[in-house]
Amino acid sequence: MGETKTNIFTKPSLRAYVMIFVLGLIWLYFHWATNYIFLTSRNLSNLMTQMSVTAILAVGMLMVIVSGNIDLSVGSVLGFAGAIAAYSITTLEFGLPTAIAFAIAVGVAIGVFHGALTAYLNIPAFIVTLGGLLAWRGATKWLLGGNTIPIPDAPAAASTGINYFALPEFSFKTIGQGNLPLSVGWILAAAAILFVLFMAYRRANSVKQYGLGEANYAAELLKTLLPIGAIVAFIWVMNSYQGVPVPVLILLGVALLGAFLTGSTTFGRYLYAIGGNADAARLSGIDNKRNILKVYALLGALTGVAALIFTGRVGSASPDAGTLKELDAIAACVIGGASLMGGRGTIFGACLGALIMASLDNGMSLLNVKDYMQDIIKGSILVAAVGLDMMGRKQS
Amino acid sequence: MPLLEMKNIVKEFPGVKALDGVSLILEAGEFHSLVGENGAGKSTLMKVLSGVYPAGSYEGEILVENIPQQFKGIRDSENAGVAIIFQELSLVKELTVGENIFLGQEPSRFGIIDWSELYHKASTLLRDLHLAIDPRVPVGTLGIGQQQLVEIAKALSKKAKILVLDEPTAALTESEVETLFGILRKLRTDGVGMIYISHKLDEVFNMSDRITVLRDGKTVATHSAAELTKGKVIQLMVGREVGDIFPKVDHELGDTALEIKNLTAYSVDNPDKKLVDNISFTVRKGEVLGIAGLMGAGRTELLMAIFGAWQGKYERQIFVEGRPVSIDSPSDAIGSGVGFVTEDRKRFGLILEQTILDNMTLAGLKTISGKILTNRSRELMAARNPMESLRIKANSPMTIAGTLSGGNQQKVVLGKWLLTDPKVLFLDEPTRGIDVGAKQEIYAEINKLAEQGLAIVLVSSELPEVLGLADRILVLHEGRLAAELTRQDATPEKVMAAATGNN
Repeated sequence: MGETKTNIFTKPSLRAYVMIFVLGLIWLYFHWATNYIFLTSRNLSNLMTQMSVTAILAVGMLMVIVSGNIDLSVGSVLGFAGAIAAYSITTLEFGLPTAIAFAIAVGVAIGVFHGALTAYLNIPAFIVTLGGLLAWRGATKWLLGGNTIPIPDAPAAASTGINYFALPEFSFKTIGQGNLPLSVGWILAAAAILFVLFMAYRRANSVKQYGLGEANYAAELLKTLLPIGAIVAFIWVMNSYQGVPVPVLILLGVALLGAFLTGSTTFGRYLYAIGGNADAARLSGIDNKRNILKVYALLGALTGVAALIFTGRVGSASPDAGTLKELDAIAACVIGGASLMGGRGTIFGACLGALIMASLDNGMSLLNVKDYMQDIIKGSILVAAVGLDMMGRKQS
Repeated sequence: MPLLEMKNIVKEFPGVKALDGVSLILEAGEFHSLVGENGAGKSTLMKVLSGVYPAGSYEGEILVENIPQQFKGIRDSENAGVAIIFQELSLVKELTVGENIFLGQEPSRFGIIDWSELYHKASTLLRDLHLAIDPRVPVGTLGIGQQQLVEIAKALSKKAKILVLDEPTAALTESEVETLFGILRKLRTDGVGMIYISHKLDEVFNMSDRITVLRDGKTVATHSAAELTKGKVIQLMVGREVGDIFPKVDHELGDTALEIKNLTAYSVDNPDKKLVDNISFTVRKGEVLGIAGLMGAGRTELLMAIFGAWQGKYERQIFVEGRPVSIDSPSDAIGSGVGFVTEDRKRFGLILEQTILDNMTLAGLKTISGKILTNRSRELMAARNPMESLRIKANSPMTIAGTLSGGNQQKVVLGKWLLTDPKVLFLDEPTRGIDVGAKQEIYAEINKLAEQGLAIVLVSSELPEVLGLADRILVLHEGRLAAELTRQDATPEKVMAAATGNN
């Protein structure tokens, strides 16, 4: 029994299947318990929108955690960046592009600041970002004067309702509440399918190109069936309601970017090396400090993006926006198999972790589970997930 | 009745017999030195005595005052009156001197510590040792030497009858050494038996009643110090034929590949202490330069400082193929064509939970794979050569490095550096803790690389290895260059004499 168990928990791909299986169980249970409301296109669409802020933060957090660090401040930074964006578009009367640029620039600047304190002044990341958690929350309250700033509505209420061709009128709220026209959803699906096929073709070819064996096109084609099926199912479900929500589109872009950075760049490889063994990485010529600075800057940028979605969705910037979001993001990474010691974790796992958390939130709300009970259950599941992981690991 | 008797101790690790029938007798009030090359088994023997290796994990008998002992842990050996001061200090830097001395045996009532009694007892103890140390200051604020003395006070607070000191003077200044020896002489008259492990033969002869020499896990001899000379001890330490596992290959030497001028490196903890003191040397293409010396002679620090990886202060000039280069970081070093197979592969060499491929490509990633984007297929192709030529035994390049045997892990680290395409390769203890077969393969690889024109700097604590592989040997003693020997001149005795500061 030890054998199978260690395999499930140590082989990354198997671990992912187990998580998908667990997610499936959760969905089926909620579907049954909610009198078949949970797995409707309307609810799934809401679920995806709800998870997008946490998942975007989790993508950045995952990379920070892989490098052996942590960021406790993202919730407060999200609040601050959202407040800056709202402030610039209302009080300062700048346009939307400027507001977007401000939010992201603020995130990057704070990330660079935290990263520099951690990497170059050797202040532990936990302390730097714990300080950030307090300080940026304070800065948000100061900027907003303790009030909530509503952001202006879209010129026309085009962002709701089903719409096949016309693009919605773009406003701040669209970022958080808009949907893509159904046609654009299908165009995206087609593009994604072509991309998957192209990558499979390249993989098959590169095997041959580097003399590592014969190209096996049939096998690679077979492997594309699952992702293509997932893409079609996803767009079909989203279009059955109101079309792909804009926040979900942004999340998909961010997740792809994260997967690309961690899986296909030297930067990503270095993050795993630094988290896995910082001394070995340093002696192998890696500039640990610079890479840590970069990863914090990246998380900062993504926090800025998440702030725009959050503010757009709520329709206002408030002093307590984003509170506890850092813990959701960390929990998503950990449920997704990341190790807080560094060196281990995947973007896919972190997104799946965020989806599991969002599913629990959504399902329990549908079931009218009391607020306090939701927290108790979520907390217990987080500890249990890591406990099972550790048990599986110990045997290896 | 001897105070302590260890009889026929045998301790095996997977694949290695670390102790092979070692016996040792210690009388009350005796100062007994234990000497031997690195890896001869001294530290292992002391770990057996202290219960770090519990009874049952070794064969043989331990008797304290004729009573057989079964130490299951350090607690047991302490209760029997054995106190060990290891090379690495085991003090809690944040706690005060007094707290450290009585750690785990605080005078207390109902679990509440009686602080005034603790500090009273601590100051009495320190006064008895003539140490002017305030028991109320945190240990971390003291110098290394004083910390060592606190460690001894801690041992004595446990009423130790048997005191083991493992290289206690390595970090001490001369006056601190004198203070220490004063204390030890006093303890001797009090009847405490002492086992003293040291590479410094001056100290050994200065203090010892008897000397036991270990070699390859066996007791070679125990003699009274008066019957021995330093030369005789050195001979006993190295007295072994250099086996045939070292094919004597004379390398064809080319132009100078690396020149180091006036390298000095300072201690990280103690920025005034020079760990390497003004060393200059050159290595030519196709040459294997051996660097010998005992633990703490500054060999690793020397390589680290060249590589731009030493954490303390350092200064030096470096020329690669005649051109001056500035190396401020490992990546500069790699760019200048210097590779460094670091010691202790698990700590400094490998990312144990990653694959062979990820480990092998790490140092040269930007040239092997791509500057910004990585390309697995290119990496696989690049890694295939070293995997085959080094004969790394693994199912695939995707095998996790941590699951490999020590020898294969070492080959992965070597492969990593070969993939950076170096002109000069540093090897720091490249065969530590690996089996004989893998050692021979690494030796053959070193000879092959030299033949191909690579300049190699080899640091090893195993004398036969340095003598068998190196064309030229630098011997370091306490950070200084003690001798430079050609392969023809070098004998084990000469190297050991220089390494112990007796040439």
